[in-house]
Parts: sequence; C-alpha cells; structure tokens
Amino acid sequence: MSETHPLTTQETAHVAKLARLAVPADRIEAMRTQLVGVLGHVAKLKAIDVEGVQPMTTPFTQVNRLDEDEPGPCLDIADVLRNAPAVEGRYLAVPKVLAEDAGG
Amino acid sequence: MNFVDATDLRDAVRSRKVKASDAVAATLARAKAANAKLNAFHEILEEDAMRQAKAVDDAIAAGRDPGPMAGVPVAVKDNIATREGRTTCSSRMLEHYRSPFDATCIERLRAAGAVVMGKTNMDEFAMGSSSEHCAWGPVKNPWDITRVPGGSSGGSAAAAAAGICGVALGSDTGGSIRQPASLCGCVGFKPTYGRVSRYGLVAFGSSLDQIGPLTQSVRDAALTYAAMAGVDRRDSTSAQLPVEDPVASLEQPIAGLRIGVPAQYISDANDPQVNALVRESLERLKAQGASIVPVELPLTDVGISTYYVIAPAEASANLARFDGIRYGHRAPARPGQSLDDLYAESRGQGFGPEVQRRIMLGTYVLSAGYYDAYYGRALKVRRLIKAEFDRAFANCDVIAGPASATPAFRAGGMTDPLQMYLCDVYTVNTNIAGIPGISVPIGFMKQDGASLPVGLHLQAAAMADATLLRAARMVERLHPEAAVRPAI
Repeated sequence: MSETHPLTTQETAHVAKLARLAVPADRIEAMRTQLVGVLGHVAKLKAIDVEGVQPMTTPFTQVNRLDEDEPGPCLDIADVLRNAPAVEGRYLAVPKVLAEDAGG
Repeated sequence: MNFVDATDLRDAVRSRKVKASDAVAATLARAKAANAKLNAFHEILEEDAMRQAKAVDDAIAAGRDPGPMAGVPVAVKDNIATREGRTTCSSRMLEHYRSPFDATCIERLRAAGAVVMGKTNMDEFAMGSSSEHCAWGPVKNPWDITRVPGGSSGGSAAAAAAGICGVALGSDTGGSIRQPASLCGCVGFKPTYGRVSRYGLVAFGSSLDQIGPLTQSVRDAALTYAAMAGVDRRDSTSAQLPVEDPVASLEQPIAGLRIGVPAQYISDANDPQVNALVRESLERLKAQGASIVPVELPLTDVGISTYYVIAPAEASANLARFDGIRYGHRAPARPGQSLDDLYAESRGQGFGPEVQRRIMLGTYVLSAGYYDAYYGRALKVRRLIKAEFDRAFANCDVIAGPASATPAFRAGGMTDPLQMYLCDVYTVNTNIAGIPGISVPIGFMKQDGASLPVGLHLQAAAMADATLLRAARMVERLHPEAAVRPAI
C-alpha cells in the first residue's frame, strides 16, 4: 500500500485530473503531503486478516424492493431551472461538447 | 414555563396555554440575538416560521389536531433540503441553491406541526469535526467561544445546547451528530441506518449517512425521532420495519440493564477527566441495578482507517454530481474552455480545501491498481467490525464509552487533517456497522479555566433504537448536574 506505492507529485496531479478538480500547481505538493499522511494511517488495514471475508458495502440488510410503477407529481420545471447556472429556454446551456471539426 | 423544551412547549400549545406564534417569535428573537456570537445559523427563516406557526394556531382554533410536535421550532442543518431558504451545505458550490422540494424528514416534521425556523452552519458537505470548514465563518462553542463546537453538525449542536431552540436536526456519517453534542453539552442521537429516510439529505457517504436530532433532553430526541422515522418510498434504503414507539417506553428504566464497556474505550489516550466522568456515570448506573459486562472490540482502533477509505470513496462518487452544469457554482466561461475544463474549474472554485482532500482521497482509493488494496480491503474489515459488535451485543444491551476523547478544543488549534480525523475514533464504527448511537451529557470538566461539557456515548444493536433511548434516559436522570445551560 502506501509504503510500496508512495504517492508521487505526478500521481497526485493525475488523481486531481481523474477527480475533475482544478488544483493549482502550487497546491499539489501540499495536497500530496496530506494524502500521504492519511494513507500512511490507513495502512493499518494491512495488518488485519481478511482471508475469506466477504466485503460489506452497506449495513442495510433488507433486499431491494420494487415499487409500484405509478405516476406521481414531478418537480416543477421552473423550480428546478432556477438553480441552473445557465439556461436557454427550458434547457440547460453548456459549452460545446464536440469540436467544430469532430464531424458526425 | 420553559419554552425551550419541545415536549413541554408542544403540550402548552396543544392545550392552548401558549400560542405557537408567540413561542416561535420568542425563538426567532433568541436566534437572532445569539447568532452574532455563535454563528450557528446561516439563515433564520423568520417569515416562513411565523407563517407555519400561524397555521398551527389556526388548526387549533379550528379544532383540528395540530400534531405531536405542534408549534415546536426546529433548526435544520444546511445539508437537509428545505423548500424555504437556501440549502448550501456551507459550500460556495451551493451558495445560491434553493431546493425545489422538502426532505422527507422535513415533510414529516411539518406534518407533525413542527416549525422549521432556520438553517444551521456546519462543516462543508458535513466533512469535518470542528465546524471550522465553513464557507461563511466557523461556529463557536456556546461554553467558550474560543473553542470549536465539534462537527460537522456544529451549528445544530450550538443552537440546541444554548437553548435557542429545543430541537435541531443534524446528519451523522462518522460522528457528526454525537461528537458536537458531546462538545456542546446536548443530546445527539444517530438512529440505526435505514430508520430515517435520507431523501433530501445531500449525500456524503450513502452507506453511512443518517439524519437525527440534537436536543436538550432524551425525551425531545425521542419525540423528534418518532415523527421522522419509518419507511419512505423515495429512499430504497429506508427500513420496511415497524418503528417501536420510543416515547411510550421512555420513562420506564430497563431492569437489569447490561452495559458493555470495552477496554478499548476507556483508553489512556483519552483526557483523564473524560475517563473519570465516564467511570462515575457507570458507577451511578451500577448503583441503580445495571451490570457492567466486559466486552471486546479490538477493531476499535482500525475504525478510522476503515472509515477514511469508505467515506471518501463514497463522497468522491456522490460529489461528482457537482459539475457546474445543472445547479451549483459554474466557473466563468473563457476562450478554449472544454467541457472537462468547465467541470474541473467549477469544482476547484466551488469546493473548499477539506472537501477537495476527501474527493482526492476517495478518487485515489477507487482508482485502478489501488481499489482492492484500499477500498476492497476496507469493506472486508467493515464486515469484521460489524461481526465484532454482533458478538458484543449477544451479551449486553448497550455499549458505553466516551463520545469524544477530549472536550472541545481551541478554534484553529488543529491544522493537520489526520489529527482532525482521529477525533472520531469512538463514533465512526457506529456508522460502519450501521447501528444506533447517542451522546448524553454527563457533566463538566475543567480546562484552562473553562467548564466544558462531556458526553457519554451509548450504542445499541441495529433497530434497537427505542432501547437505546430508554438507556439514555436512565443516564440523563442520573446526571442532574449536567442539565446546566451556557449563558448566551
């Protein structure tokens, strides 16, 4: 874990990219140090024998239930859109997703 | 007549001795006066609260049943969705967010006659143990404003402890109700996972999160829990089990209560005064016929490690929804900005440092090559922790120990994130196992001339919420000296 894979500055920047977080270059090193500290503590898990133990994703013990598929009231569109940072009519406005020359 | 106690107030309103409008007006005045000092509220919903109070008074005048919480003002942590006011999670990301719906717990409280009176300050997205990671300034501890109230439900804990309102709602992912309750000197109850619907609670760790009350008495905690609990079709993880009425049985002490006290809980690492108060409380319970049962929870110590893999992993997935597109902060457009740039810039600007750290941590432990070593292993240890509790509860009704190893610490005094994470050592395993837990005030300790409250933490088996509340009421009864309120 952390000993065998010390987190490098480059890896930290990569994780920020995966997380879609614009972390300024001058803050990457501080972030790396803090993450290494926490991962070092988390390494305690290595000492626990988990051979044959099934992972537990939730404490909820009941099986998923299916609901009746009955139409009910929906959220008001105006209510929902008042939180949107940019709208065009009844739609959310976003930057161009495809480049001009992407074709298709 | 004490207008803060929710049950007394409810009785007074229902029997027409007090008008809900008068009680709510007095609460709003207290909140406004105290907030300058405590910064417990983001928003005091004056107009809406008075409108709700009038509706209660009108119902009574018309001979209709105003509900079991008639006229009781409730402060709501700002990560629980309310149609009135904003729901900011103490984050720039949601600075202007207005929920188009009420959370299920809010809907139920309103239906019970309760009055939503304000939104409380908290650690951003409920990540923190001091209520200092706030976009609009930290919450102060009502016993000593140079100290933190604990977190993340610090605003709700301060509001309840200071007697601004009888009931405040919090959320608890790793101790965020119980630790601030202990540090502020109020009752803080985290129900069993699945007891209270999470619909409308801004998700942090979906397999850990639970909504619960912070109050001045166990009785008010039971009253509020009873109004909120039960299956909800909008939360598939709400339990389809009948909810035992916690109010009816509350005053009945549990004969021969068996209290498990793990050696790991009365640790030398705790403040000695905390340990002394916990021991004194256990002695008083013994004198009432309770028996102390030795139980072993050797994995207590790895709870933090397990939690700080699982919770950030779930947080990194849950907070992916904040991308600047549908709602929340959007970074300004600039030439050449791609959609990915827009996401990253919006998130980099909208999230504070602690939230960014947790997202990074969660992204790392879920990333290819590390998933099995961290997340996969933590989920296996989680099952072992749960099994350890199951074995312990075969021999006892409740497990007792301190809610926090220390009293409230100095604001700004904890700069290393890991040190802050370690604050939750006695509370995280409750969430990991999904069992209920409660912190009950048991007295005060002295530190640097300040008198600081200490809470006893009780845990019970899953779905034994009513038993837990009864045991907590027994503790409360034995500590009249803890029922002192800070002068605000």
